[in-house]
Amino acid sequence: MNLPVPSGSVERPRWPAPSRFRRYQGPVMLSLLAICALVTVLTTIGIVAVLGLETIHFFRESHVSLPAFVFGTEVDPPKFGIFPLIWGTVMVAAGASLIALPIGLLSALYLSEYAPRRVRAVLKPALELLAGIPTIVYGFLALVLVTPLLKACFEPLGLKVDSYNALSACVVVGVMIIPMVSSLSEDVLSAVPRSLREAAYGLGATKFEVSTRIVLPAGLSGVAASFILAISRAVGETMAVVLAAGRMPNVTANPLRSVETMTAYIVAITGGDASYGTPKYLSLFAVGMTLFVMTLGLNILSGLILRRFREVYN
Amino acid sequence: MTTRSPLRIEPTTPPDESPPMRPSDPLPALPPPKPDPATVPDPVISARSLCVWYGSSMALKNVDIDIPRHKITALIGPSGCGKSTLLRCFNRMNDLIPGARMEGTIKFEGIELADPSIDAVALRRRVGMVFQKPNPFPKSIYQNVAWGARINGYKGDMDELVEKSLRRAALWEEVRGKLHKSGLDLSGGQQQRLCIARTLAVEPEIILMDEPCSALDPIATAKVEDLMDELKEDYTIVIVTHNMQQARRTSDMTACLMLDEAAVQGGHRTGVIAEFSPTEKLFTNPSDPRTEAYITGRIG
Repeated sequence: MNLPVPSGSVERPRWPAPSRFRRYQGPVMLSLLAICALVTVLTTIGIVAVLGLETIHFFRESHVSLPAFVFGTEVDPPKFGIFPLIWGTVMVAAGASLIALPIGLLSALYLSEYAPRRVRAVLKPALELLAGIPTIVYGFLALVLVTPLLKACFEPLGLKVDSYNALSACVVVGVMIIPMVSSLSEDVLSAVPRSLREAAYGLGATKFEVSTRIVLPAGLSGVAASFILAISRAVGETMAVVLAAGRMPNVTANPLRSVETMTAYIVAITGGDASYGTPKYLSLFAVGMTLFVMTLGLNILSGLILRRFREVYN
Repeated sequence: MTTRSPLRIEPTTPPDESPPMRPSDPLPALPPPKPDPATVPDPVISARSLCVWYGSSMALKNVDIDIPRHKITALIGPSGCGKSTLLRCFNRMNDLIPGARMEGTIKFEGIELADPSIDAVALRRRVGMVFQKPNPFPKSIYQNVAWGARINGYKGDMDELVEKSLRRAALWEEVRGKLHKSGLDLSGGQQQRLCIARTLAVEPEIILMDEPCSALDPIATAKVEDLMDELKEDYTIVIVTHNMQQARRTSDMTACLMLDEAAVQGGHRTGVIAEFSPTEKLFTNPSDPRTEAYITGRIG
């Protein structure tokens, strides 16, 4: 069938040649985007290089051996044994994870599988709002709210609660990272195809079985990624921890005592405790490197666990 | 006033003037029983005046249908006329869609499926479903088959059940050596037979198939069709299909659904059953002009 020729098309062509912008769009965008991607890669390389070089510098200046650095229990110079700092960091991160991972995961399951659409529309942004609160606010909440509450709870039982204590840091950091877990996990759980849920329901599965045995395993890689991000955030969290847990390097299993984390130590040193170039000053790079290695280790570990357990759907 | 057949003369209310249905309207009176060529003795599912609503829009109006036992019933009709909606009434799958509800009666072995308080989970074990797109779980072939049986508390020998189900689904020979490979590594046709095996493993009485071959090539389609023919000895099968040849090849009874003209005038898409007859009769001598127009390709 012949289409009628639009009137006027003979005198004035309707399809001009592509503009110069459209013609050069491809290569321009390609290089622009590549540069942006390169920025993050270069930054990472830069950070690792600076940390690595200064760490080597530190060990050369301070004459501390690596085992003595990692396992020594006396933080002050010239010993530089940072084990109490690692201990404090692990304790706060573990305690915070103990609070945030189950609560975050369960709220993600609730939001993606159980909540009516309208509840979800309100609750999800509300949870994400938690992530927008400056961490120092969590810090003084720990001081003025959580610690007094802990004192009120534990001191009648005859347990002494330090004004700065690890438990209160665990609580506030835990609450702080709940939205990371719940929001990211909810995204991946919601992304599990409806067809998988229908298949399970069609076999006579209950909502609980569908949620925990089909949706969760299918979204496991994303859930684990959210866990790792949250734990890394807890490991690296600074201001809230400084205010809540204080600055007493302790190796203790008692969460009601004060502990010092690696980040708190770094804050103290950069806060003017040490003059430039001294071993004490250089130690902050070594501590930073230790933090970096810890989070890197977490990432590698999670990758290994995932390869073993995740279910890939397409 | 509802017009069941355009052949019937309605002197007072022509069909195109009846107002669109609203959820608040009372149900229209049952249409007078028509001499139905498709008398089904001992139906396994029997729906009368079944209406389905999605929110405020009516998806199905006054459906009367009897699903014969150990036969294949095909649901055909143009897109959007409610075939899948009707199919999903049989196992209450529409419950998963917020705002969906049923009116009228639909009985399965004495259970009133329109009753919102019945146990849909227990029902779905007895009324299995195979979907349009093969949707195996991202688990091993073995786990795919065993999963449904396990959650339903199957007490017997699981290995035996898995083998039996895979054999029944004509897949055993192809997968016996790789039961612990992912179900997603199989081809599309194999995946669909895996989904059938998974459904068979919970020993349902009815198998609902929602366009089970539309994502498959002709060879895989032929395999699934052969399988359906074998399965009907033990199961009742209801299949939704866009493929009229498939309906004609495989089914014993065919229901042709159409959009309700009156609803279309009012801007709604409401499906009705235009004709429900033995397949051979529906395709060779349809009694409804809309069915005839559809099967000869003039509409749809």
